[in-house]
Amino acid sequence: MSMLHIVNKSPFERVAFESCLAHAKAGDSILMIEDAVVGAVDGSSFSGKVKAAMSDKTVYVLGADLAARGLEGKVMDGIVSVDYAGFVDLTANNDTTQSWL
Amino acid sequence: MSTKNFLFVNRKAPYGTVYALEALEVVLISAAFEQNVSLAFIDDGVYQITKGQNSKETGMKNFSPTFRALGDYDITKLYVSTESLAERGLTVDDLMELTYEDADDDYAEKPSIILVNREEMAAMMAEQEVILSF
Amino acid sequence: MKYTIMVNEGPYQHQSADTALQFARAVLEKGHEIFRVFFYHDGVNNGTRLSVPPADDRLIQKSWSELAEKHGLDLVICIAAAQRRGLMDADEAKRQGLDANNIAPGFRISGLGQLVEGGIQSDRLVVFGD
Repeated sequence: MSMLHIVNKSPFERVAFESCLAHAKAGDSILMIEDAVVGAVDGSSFSGKVKAAMSDKTVYVLGADLAARGLEGKVMDGIVSVDYAGFVDLTANNDTTQSWL
Repeated sequence: MSTKNFLFVNRKAPYGTVYALEALEVVLISAAFEQNVSLAFIDDGVYQITKGQNSKETGMKNFSPTFRALGDYDITKLYVSTESLAERGLTVDDLMELTYEDADDDYAEKPSIILVNREEMAAMMAEQEVILSF
Repeated sequence: MKYTIMVNEGPYQHQSADTALQFARAVLEKGHEIFRVFFYHDGVNNGTRLSVPPADDRLIQKSWSELAEKHGLDLVICIAAAQRRGLMDADEAKRQGLDANNIAPGFRISGLGQLVEGGIQSDRLVVFGD
């Protein structure tokens, strides 16, 4: 059983992202959308936590939301960018989805 | 209709926004569908079930007594994050006493609140089939 | 695969209303089925036909109506949330003795049970909100 965790909050404003990372299990997938895409930026004070999560989970970012915020070139290595179709694939390929609102 | 494991995740404090109240309305409706329902209280969600809530002067309805009725609807699994309580300077004594009568055990009164750490919360989440977040 | 999509925020206020729409389009393009889209909290405001955004802005409510017409989507607005926020169809307005209704084409107003049923009947339930 694998879960897709969808997070849409900036980790600099709310604790949802941290809470998501604290509850996601090995083998799960995490997708950053909307304001959460700022968490994909390399060199931020939060990037270490995302890198730690990548040791046993796969981390994705919605490319459209990165582009909207002008952050496409600043993503840390290892994060996979997906489009809306890729977002759908992630929901289909995991058994359940949980939105960390 | 088939039975699924439904989890309602509550992560927001009551009154500041409507999410907690309207989440509870969904929980009550779900009881009619005889699903395997669990609730999780994480982060500011733990404030939803503190005792002694008095919203009178705000003009808003105090809906916390509704949590006491959940047991009558066979909603008996309320998982509360111990880390979230501790981070907020709260203990289980600050929470309402929420109980249910166990029909399989001569209607003995049992606590609905299940204190779990993050690992246990994550394990419980992994068993769910439908997760509604508020 | 069969999907139910829950939309919890209103249009123009929070991006989740846009994300839900883009996601729904992608679900259909991928050949999946959408069993139901359920609008809750301020998300019920996605179902008003009286929204008039500036000419250069997108029309979120109309996009849902068009998607519903093209794909036969079941767009359900929660009645309890709608009543609080002033979303009415003709029948409900009449029942409440109100002088107007504002529901957009393709939407219908129904109870929270429709959301729970969506969770039971669908392979996936995806929540968009704040």
